[in-house]
Amino acid sequence: MTDCPECDAKLNIPDDADLGEIISCPDCGADYEIVGKDGSEVSLKQAETVGEDWGE
Amino acid sequence: MTRLCIVFDRLRSEEKMLKAEAQSLGCDVSMFDAKTAILNTDTVPEDMPQLGCVVLERCVSYFRGLHMTNMLESMGLPVINTYGVASTCGNKMHMTIRLKRANIPTPKTHFALSSEAAKKVFEIAGYPLVIKPVIGSWGRGVMPIRDHDTLGAIIEARAVTDGPFDRIFYLQEVVQKPPHIKETRDIRVITVGGEPVAAMYRRSAGGFRANVAIGGDPEPCKITPRIAELASAASEAVGGGILGIDMMEDGARCKGKGDGEELVVHEVNNTVEFKGLSKVAEKNIPKSMIQYALGIAKR
Repeated sequence: MTDCPECDAKLNIPDDADLGEIISCPDCGADYEIVGKDGSEVSLKQAETVGEDWGE
Repeated sequence: MTRLCIVFDRLRSEEKMLKAEAQSLGCDVSMFDAKTAILNTDTVPEDMPQLGCVVLERCVSYFRGLHMTNMLESMGLPVINTYGVASTCGNKMHMTIRLKRANIPTPKTHFALSSEAAKKVFEIAGYPLVIKPVIGSWGRGVMPIRDHDTLGAIIEARAVTDGPFDRIFYLQEVVQKPPHIKETRDIRVITVGGEPVAAMYRRSAGGFRANVAIGGDPEPCKITPRIAELASAASEAVGGGILGIDMMEDGARCKGKGDGEELVVHEVNNTVEFKGLSKVAEKNIPKSMIQYALGIAKR
C-alpha cells in the first residue's frame, strides 16, 4: 500500500499496474503516474495535466 | 519473431489492449514511454533494440507524438501513423484542405488569420458558424457562434491567451441534421489500412458536441456501403494508417435525394481511441491494428 504524497490517503494500486499508468487518489483526486515498480514497492510522480494538444 | 514497440506517454486502456493482442498473436512487444526518450542525430535502431522493427505511436500529446515519430522515422523505423499523416490530421485546417482536395464531402470551412479577418468572415457568411481550435481534440474549444456578442467574447478570450494558434480561426458551417434524426449525434469510423473495421454513433450528452471524451454516448453503427466508401476515401486523402474518421448526417445535402444517407466527413483523427467502441464492435479492433502493424514490419 502506498500513501498519497498530497494527502496521505492510502492509494489502491493494482498488482498488475504497468509503468506509465495513472493512479488517482480516492480522497483528494490527485493523479500520479507509476514510474517505477520493484515488487510491491511503487514509485510515483505527479501526472502531467491535460495539455492543449492532448487527444486523438 | 517480430518485435513491435508501442510508444506512449500516458498508459491508457487502449495501449494495454494493444499490448495484450500483440502478445496473443505471438509478437514480441515492448512498451516505450516517449517521455524518457533521449535521441540524437547519430542514434540508430541498434542503439535502442526495444524499439523493434515497427512502432505504433500512441502518445496522448499530439506534439510529443509528432516529434517522436519524426525522430524514429529519421532512424529508418516504420511508424504508424507516419509523420506526414500525423502532421496532417493533428491540424484541422490541414486535414480539411486534404479532404476537400480529394472531393470528399466536408462542411464548408472558412479560415482567417487574424481576429479582424474572423469578424469579416461573419459579415460575409453570417451566423452561426462553429469555431474549432486548429490544434486540439476531445471537443475542447469547439462551440457554435450564434451572435456578435459570443464572437466578441471568444476573440477577447483568444487575445488574452494569445498563443500562436489563437490567431488562426477555423470557422465551419453548422451541419443541420436530417429531420428524422432527433438527437445530436455523429458517426465515428475506425479505419485500419484504409479498411473500416468498426463504427459507432456518438450521441451528445446534452450539448452541441458528441465527443465520447466529454460524455457522448456510444452506440453501434452499421457500416453501410456509403460509410465504408467515405471512410476509405478519407483515409486515403490523409495518407492512410490507423485513423478515426468522423462523419455527420447532413439534412441539407439529403434534400430531394430520398436515401437519407448524405454524409459529410468533418474530422480525421490520428491517434484514435477505441475503448468504448471495442466493447460493442463485432471485429477485434486492437487485433486488426496489430495485424496491420505486423504487415508493415514485413514490407
